[in-house]
Amino acid sequence: MHRFANPARFLRAAQLVLPWSAGLTVALLAAGLYLGLLGSPADYQQGETVRIMYVHVPSAWMGLFVYSNMAIASAVALIWKHPLADVVAKASAPVGAGFTFVCLVTGALWGKPMWGTWWAWDARLTSMLILLFLYLGHMALVNAFDDPTRGAKAGAVLALAGFVNVPIIKYSVDWWNTLHQPASVTRVGMPAVDPAMLTPLLLMGLAFTTFFVTLLILRVRSELAAAKIRAIRMVQVHGG
Amino acid sequence: MTRKQRRLNFVLLGMLALGAATALVLTAFNDSLVYFYSPSDLKERQIGPERRLRLGGLVEEGSVKRDGQTIRFVVTDTAATVAVVYNGQLPDLFREGQGVVAEGRLDNGVFQAAEVLAKHDENYMPKEVADALKKQGHWQEEKSAK
Amino acid sequence: MDGVLGMGGYAAYVWPAYGITAVVMLGLLITSLREMRKNESQLAALKQAHPRRRGRAEEGQS
Repeated sequence: MHRFANPARFLRAAQLVLPWSAGLTVALLAAGLYLGLLGSPADYQQGETVRIMYVHVPSAWMGLFVYSNMAIASAVALIWKHPLADVVAKASAPVGAGFTFVCLVTGALWGKPMWGTWWAWDARLTSMLILLFLYLGHMALVNAFDDPTRGAKAGAVLALAGFVNVPIIKYSVDWWNTLHQPASVTRVGMPAVDPAMLTPLLLMGLAFTTFFVTLLILRVRSELAAAKIRAIRMVQVHGG
Repeated sequence: MTRKQRRLNFVLLGMLALGAATALVLTAFNDSLVYFYSPSDLKERQIGPERRLRLGGLVEEGSVKRDGQTIRFVVTDTAATVAVVYNGQLPDLFREGQGVVAEGRLDNGVFQAAEVLAKHDENYMPKEVADALKKQGHWQEEKSAK
Repeated sequence: MDGVLGMGGYAAYVWPAYGITAVVMLGLLITSLREMRKNESQLAALKQAHPRRRGRAEEGQS
């Protein structure tokens, strides 16, 4: 019976959070876009292309954040069999894939004019592409089984195994020579980004985070409803 | 409780084993994971002209010479230098004192580049701030292209 | 205004970057919303059709 108690509590909490996360997303996005496109200076080396940073870097952060989230949810699902954890992992994957895809495409659009190439097989870019494949693989695997619990279990194992890629992405620029430059914001000491540029960057990062929360609530609600539909149908079929 | 404990241990052990295996593989393939060699690496390795490779470093100040279509410059990592010859389009960010990655062959100590890419550092700031920093003498020249 | 739209000559890179971001994010939002509404209305219809099945399956929905 308590199997459904936690999702119920989640749904109640989600109802309270949803208007706030959606409203915050709109407000943060408006401020971030205004500062990013109009209210911030061009870069001394890269000129106006630096504005690509305000969508490229937050989507990279989210690609990693959502995957870490998914790996934690998968561990909770495998170890403690929490009924919500599988649902959260399944609901996260398409969102993470979207962020990672945006990161790769905007990176190509930034790389062409500045580096002189759309793509390079360096450690950072390649490991980020692997992250996209991990997301897509997870989405395919979870839906590949007739029994959703077996699909969830296989997906959880994949999500956990793929987690080794997350530190590789983060530290690729320090461990190997790459075309991609090292970290600017999380650098030891001061961030290497001028405050006039750091403000829109962080605003966009927060906007992407609240947007993810909003999407996650919608998708988890959807998955929970789908699970209940399956349960009711099961009872009908077995003449319960 | 014990079943949960066992599953927890299993997951932790699995992650640990996987992490260790990955670390070993990455260390073993370190050479192919590196996107480019520095001038010092090339000095050390004695690579012949038959191998296509990438050279990365900083474009030495005052070394860029244009001769019609041909561009000559020197790539440095402050410890060693390699002369580069290139015939083609340069990226917008190519300039003296900035990072560069050239792909081509090392022929008799001169790097014949088929492609030149620019590599930038992690600093972002408006032009006025950069100028002010330079004026105050707070400008830290990069020590390497990494 | 020309300055903003022109992006210092890099408009062909900056605007597509923002465009693709908007398309993917809106796409995610719309598909998530549509899926949720579809599932929740289907569930509501099922409950209405089988009122006696109300039980464990939806106890949480107070």
